[in-house]
Amino acid sequence: MSLTSDPPLARTPAEPEDYGALKVVPVRHPWRWAAVVVTAVLLAQFAHGLATNAGWEWEVFAEFFTAEVVLKAVWVTLQLTVYGTALGFALGIVLAFMRLSASPFLKAVAFAYIWAFRSIPLIVQLLFWFNLAYLYKELQFGIPFGPGFFSFDTMGLVGAMSAAVLGLALHQAAYAAEIVRGGVLSVDGGQLEAAAALGIPRLRQIRRIVLPQAMRSILPNAANEVISLFKGTSIVSVMAIGELFYQVQVIYGRNGRVVPLLMVATAWYILLTTALSVIQHYVERHFAKGSTR
Amino acid sequence: MSAPMVDVRSVHKSFGALEVLKGVDLQVRAGEVTVVLGPSGSGKSTLLRTINHLEKVDQGWISVDGALVGYRRSGDKLYELREREILKQRTRIGFVFQNFNLFPHLTVLENIVEAPVSALKRPRKEATEAARGLLDRVGLADKAGAYPKQLSGGQQQRVAIARALALEPRLLLFDEPTSALDPELVGEVLDVIKDLAHQGTTMIVVTHEIGFAREVADTVVFMDDGRVVEQGSPGDVLDAPRHERTRAFLSKVL
Repeated sequence: MSLTSDPPLARTPAEPEDYGALKVVPVRHPWRWAAVVVTAVLLAQFAHGLATNAGWEWEVFAEFFTAEVVLKAVWVTLQLTVYGTALGFALGIVLAFMRLSASPFLKAVAFAYIWAFRSIPLIVQLLFWFNLAYLYKELQFGIPFGPGFFSFDTMGLVGAMSAAVLGLALHQAAYAAEIVRGGVLSVDGGQLEAAAALGIPRLRQIRRIVLPQAMRSILPNAANEVISLFKGTSIVSVMAIGELFYQVQVIYGRNGRVVPLLMVATAWYILLTTALSVIQHYVERHFAKGSTR
Repeated sequence: MSAPMVDVRSVHKSFGALEVLKGVDLQVRAGEVTVVLGPSGSGKSTLLRTINHLEKVDQGWISVDGALVGYRRSGDKLYELREREILKQRTRIGFVFQNFNLFPHLTVLENIVEAPVSALKRPRKEATEAARGLLDRVGLADKAGAYPKQLSGGQQQRVAIARALALEPRLLLFDEPTSALDPELVGEVLDVIKDLAHQGTTMIVVTHEIGFAREVADTVVFMDDGRVVEQGSPGDVLDAPRHERTRAFLSKVL
């Protein structure tokens, strides 16, 4: 039929049809089903392998998963994470507000700090802290460039554990500073202006008006950082600190059961990361008050 | 004549190379409503923002209720005030923004209570009671627990007015309070402002609502290009403008 031909004259205008009474046939997706089958087969193979391959040595895994020495190591890992996060974010908040301040000097110092600590690999930095006593034999509190009041032997003060916490925290602070700064910048300028116009005291403006709103964009990034720090604590195994990964290495060094012991560490990391994700969900919900998305 | 409530003397303000205020003088007496009209970019919002020191003036001075804004005189010197002192001055001057700037994470009631509690150190219970009274006054008594996003623009602006009133200011400044509103919501906000005017609140209103100016203003000020071109009663300025620029502006907006 040609498109240019006249409409057939014989056809009378049809009654408007009632489409609502017709049966609806949904579009079929055969390839989607094929993909589901392939994926399911691969998953089944993987699960079958986990269950049947004797190399996983699940009985060894079970023996060590809750062994006292492993639980202690998990505790050390958690401590490193908590102290690293708390100190790191405390310093990070200070650095963020230094970068946001009107003083070019404070801005430059904060910028230089962030630049330096983001440039140095964490492992290099940790080894520096570990060897601090080589540079400074003793640390002294007193008047800058003047007489001192107390002094400490550096070796005694900066033990391996505190060197590790210090290293993790200083490293974390550089990243935390940028995350907090990003969050503060995401708050509409009109908010501070309104708070200033109402005469709300400066600290209260930050704590009550800016930070709660900044938290919405800080939290997802901060949670990323905490989780990555949590797993990153495994790097301090280079300093012979008995955290989870170091302890697992010690054990398989003795008994040669590498794979099940790596699975012990893996399972703990997954378990605790899951817990952190759950906490993140609830904290985010708290700060979402008054928002529509 | 008694001392004016607001006294603006030859105020200059530049942003970089752009001079926005080129020597502005303005006097407002207590209990009067002054409406500032003018094309966009004429400096009217900037003028309003200098009165509560959201913008610092480059030259000239401003006093509100007998006190210099942002400075303290001692002998023949003017000392810049500390931020804490400026914040304290601002509690006597209410400011209502074009975009409301309500705090989105706080409920309506918390928005209103925040400044009396933290800036004036009022007991929270007393401030909450007063806030409920103010909400009633702007016709939103049932919205105390709502968050700003759950309200219409007109309702949000009425909350913002209640928030400014909670400090019991001696002077109210309105910066285009209805410009961000859908046309059908303008009336409810203007009604609240009219109400305040009839109760003798001193206010300066920057707006494009000529009808509002005619009905409520004691004085209409027309600004253009950083200067006050003419001022007088609404009848004089709106119906018999003396300056060509005023006539040109009015012919466009009326």
